Amino acid sequence: MKQFGIFIRKELYHIFRDRRTLLILLGMPIVLVLLFGFAITNEIDNARIAVLDQSKGEMSQELTQRLVASGYFLIDENLWEVAEIEQHFREGKTKMAIVFPPELQENLRRNLPTQIQLIADATDPNTATTLINYASAIIGQYIQEQARGQAAPMQITTEVKMLYNPRLKSVFMFVPGVMTVILMLVSAMMTSIAITREKEIGTMEVLLASPLRPAMIIIGKVIPYILLALANTVVILMLGTFVFGMPIKGSLLLLALECLLFVITSLALGILISTRTESQQVAMLISLMMLMLPTILLSGFIFPIESMPLALQVISNIIPAKWFIIILKNVMLKGTGMEFVWKESLILGGMALFFIGASVRNFKIRLE
Amino acid sequence: MVPAITAEKLTKKFGDFTAVNQITFEVQKGEIFGFLGANGAGKTTAMRMLNGLSRPTSGQASVAGFDVYRETEKIKKHIGYMSQKFSLYEDLTVRENIQFYGGIYGLPGREIRHQIKELIGGLGMQEYANTLVKAIPLGWKQKLSFSIAIMHRPEIVFLDEPTGGVDPITRRQFWEMIYKAASEGMTIFVTTHYMDESEYCGRVSIMVDGRIAALDTPRALKEQFGASSMNDVFLQLTRPNQKES
Repeated sequence: MKQFGIFIRKELYHIFRDRRTLLILLGMPIVLVLLFGFAITNEIDNARIAVLDQSKGEMSQELTQRLVASGYFLIDENLWEVAEIEQHFREGKTKMAIVFPPELQENLRRNLPTQIQLIADATDPNTATTLINYASAIIGQYIQEQARGQAAPMQITTEVKMLYNPRLKSVFMFVPGVMTVILMLVSAMMTSIAITREKEIGTMEVLLASPLRPAMIIIGKVIPYILLALANTVVILMLGTFVFGMPIKGSLLLLALECLLFVITSLALGILISTRTESQQVAMLISLMMLMLPTILLSGFIFPIESMPLALQVISNIIPAKWFIIILKNVMLKGTGMEFVWKESLILGGMALFFIGASVRNFKIRLE
Repeated sequence: MVPAITAEKLTKKFGDFTAVNQITFEVQKGEIFGFLGANGAGKTTAMRMLNGLSRPTSGQASVAGFDVYRETEKIKKHIGYMSQKFSLYEDLTVRENIQFYGGIYGLPGREIRHQIKELIGGLGMQEYANTLVKAIPLGWKQKLSFSIAIMHRPEIVFLDEPTGGVDPITRRQFWEMIYKAASEGMTIFVTTHYMDESEYCGRVSIMVDGRIAALDTPRALKEQFGASSMNDVFLQLTRPNQKES
């Protein structure tokens, strides 16, 4: 046990003396969360629009005010001619244009079908769709209110309620995602690099020829990274909660245990990589290509798994991050307990066991 | 007296390739045993079987009286090992390296403190005690590596090409340290490809293609091959067709 303590102390020297790496490890989660939280967002805020009001009536005035009052839109300019619209889009001044037809007022009063034209800049399809949806909703609601009290034709309207994230804040999605990426990075990539480093500089041989047991060497190498990963988790959760108002509805204990489970799975992957590689560069490259990219792209963090091609959907099942993100969202946003995440937890646990088993086997082969 | 190392028909195969082919030898306690061979002759593989890093395919061997198949953990407590590459951590200070290796061999704290003083004083590197290892000269690193490898007073110490890339003066000092350790009763098992160094050994074995082609004292080997130096002996063994003119 005393030998073990000495080993961990040595490992801490390595970590704390490599200032640059340490700074990256501790700083990156903060930068990532802030970046994703503030800058990279799907939300529409004060999008600039242009209005071509040919009806020049009370209703078009009111509609325009409604749009502005929603906070999503900002009137960039009032146009006078249809030809100006194209000009405006080309100059990139505006994201969307609204055209109120001359007969708007008249048609509405007489309950005749009427059309309002929404033109969006679809060079950015996601934003365009969102803008159109928001504007349509606001206009629809207005029309409905106007029609009230009159003998309106029978109509069915849908009422939408967004559960668990009513304001559709993207940060609710990014916090679990960033947490997953960081834990994967610290646990898998850093340990695989740390272990291959001992191989590369030749100290691994000396350690293996010493009375330290191989399992103890590996465990001693990963424990500091478990602590580092959990420290990062706390930082990310605090940022999410206090800066972005992300709720943690479920039990903190369950959340901590699930994080630990994911860290162990990632560590096992890192150890597996280190048993197959001889140099730090190779270990880093493999970690980046085989772990980080799938974790970012195929886990549902950025792109929804449901909209992927079938082949990728199948592949996403073997990515630990996918299951961890599901667990995180359940526990943090829905406040569910173990009874709803046991399946995912079991899958993660199974993966961890599999990776550990594979590393032990590889390690033995190496010793043969 | 039980020999420090015995090997009988010790063999290691990697698939179809036989890296070490039925080598048989004994090393006596306190002996400096030179293990020579060209690169790829099987020296390192043979050494790794003896210090418990690699499991033999067949044959028998014991180190410090322990079996290399069943008692590797016991062997590891009784040997010291200095690998080809550096065994020191460059981002730890001299003192921390000593503390670390002393610690993993289970030396008590008092003994480690004593060793730090002794070792740093013995090497005359007081001024470097708190310097990171990466900042000290190569020769000193090598001597420090050796001192650390024998710090826990092992019965046998394995040195894998310990003097690679070191200047002649340091090599000389290094061999003085080896002699001193041997005079204190330690058995030294050293691989090298510097033929002049083999003259310092008590006995040498020369490996060619996984087999031990010759094993005797340097003097006897030179007589047997009618050679003037170990270098000639080695050349005759490794290139038997090119008789010297």
